[in-house]
Amino acid sequence: MRIKNHPILGFKARKTITFTFDGKTYQGLEGDTIASALHAAGVRKLSESIHRKRPRGFYCAIGNCASCNMIVNGAPNVRTCITPLEEGMDVRMQDGKGRVE
Amino acid sequence: MKTTECLIVGAGPAGMRAAKRLLDAGAEVTLIDRSDMLGGQLTKQTHMFFGSEKQHASKRGIDIMQLMIDDIVNHPKLTVIKNATVVAMYKDRVVGYVIGETYHRIQANAIVVAAGASEKAIPFENNDLPGVYAAGAVQTLMNVYGVKPGHKVLMVGSGNIGLIVTYQLLQAGVEVVKLIEAADSIGGYLVHASKIKRLGVDIETNMSVKRAIGKDEVEAAEIWRLDEAWQGIEGTEEIIECDVICMAVGLAPLTELLQQMGAKIMYVRELGGNVPVIDKDHRTSIERVYACGDMAGIEEASSAMMAGEIAGLSAAVDLGYHVENYEDDVARLRHELSNLRDGPHGEKIRLGLKKLGVLS
Repeated sequence: MRIKNHPILGFKARKTITFTFDGKTYQGLEGDTIASALHAAGVRKLSESIHRKRPRGFYCAIGNCASCNMIVNGAPNVRTCITPLEEGMDVRMQDGKGRVE
Repeated sequence: MKTTECLIVGAGPAGMRAAKRLLDAGAEVTLIDRSDMLGGQLTKQTHMFFGSEKQHASKRGIDIMQLMIDDIVNHPKLTVIKNATVVAMYKDRVVGYVIGETYHRIQANAIVVAAGASEKAIPFENNDLPGVYAAGAVQTLMNVYGVKPGHKVLMVGSGNIGLIVTYQLLQAGVEVVKLIEAADSIGGYLVHASKIKRLGVDIETNMSVKRAIGKDEVEAAEIWRLDEAWQGIEGTEEIIECDVICMAVGLAPLTELLQQMGAKIMYVRELGGNVPVIDKDHRTSIERVYACGDMAGIEEASSAMMAGEIAGLSAAVDLGYHVENYEDDVARLRHELSNLRDGPHGEKIRLGLKKLGVLS
């Protein structure tokens, strides 16, 4: 899902970043947010609605809508669309509103 | 608690221009933004801007952004706080913000709020399925991160955002199956519409989405024709095969922080919804708190830049700084703003500003 050729933007070669999503290994690129890396890897479902468990995906990409909130390195409600991807991150789908440990 | 002379919330075109004016006047400025980049929504505007020379017409949004950043970023009196989401604003100009999991506070003598807007949605069955994306999100995904939103897109809305994002999708090598518009005419500039029509994108007016089809994600969209009262007409349904439904159906100002602070708010449909009540110098109802950019009424980046300058100048003067050529500068900015709002495309914004009491 990466753009290869673009008439205006030059996307330079970027370093690969390895992370896990629900225990499975994925790779993103330097400069990605968690959500952009997942989208590039073809993951479209990022959360579930709290009551009816309907699939929810990417929506606003700028931290407004909460549709991409996930558990990152154990912390719930991380807005993955504005959180830079880091090597070794443990990303998980969240069940419900998230709990404070 | 940290203190600053002037805090600017939001480092988009309005906030950065306000910062420039305040720094020029001699003020000490803290610029705060939730993203790790300065520029706000300009970070994804790859198209060339219209308007006047002074507002960088015929330059691309991303290049204008770089000019604005270079203009302020090394100033010794500027502090930039990135990855920081402002979550609280109080009447005594104490502002709370979160970085990661830590809550911080800062108190300012003056605050310019340029928090921007959020994208609107429209109701239809399954509009929450993954694959229904806001147009700005599609732009971010493509132009900031280099990721395609999908393979086949149905674009909803023919304002400038819908038209421009359609063009940008084509540039990224993504197919746009159709662009539909609920009104009876194209909302944005015809030059943008012509460009995508020449590239073979079908634009249909009086059309809307009836439902998205798919179980775990969008697999198709069902669209239908609308009557004069914008109601769907049974029997006109058509199935469009697509994996993305891109919503370019307008923006709403992010006024929550000013509401929390107790600033006077007014509902003005033409400005996008709830907006802070401001005077023509961008002062809100709270002393030394200013509002500009999309948060003070949905317009565009060029007008946000000029409004940001006016807000910055007002704050500088109210903080006691002597601003050289203040009167001339404000008069020129007002004149340029009214040029930009001239003509049929500015009708809505002029009406909205009249309701707000900013224009007579």
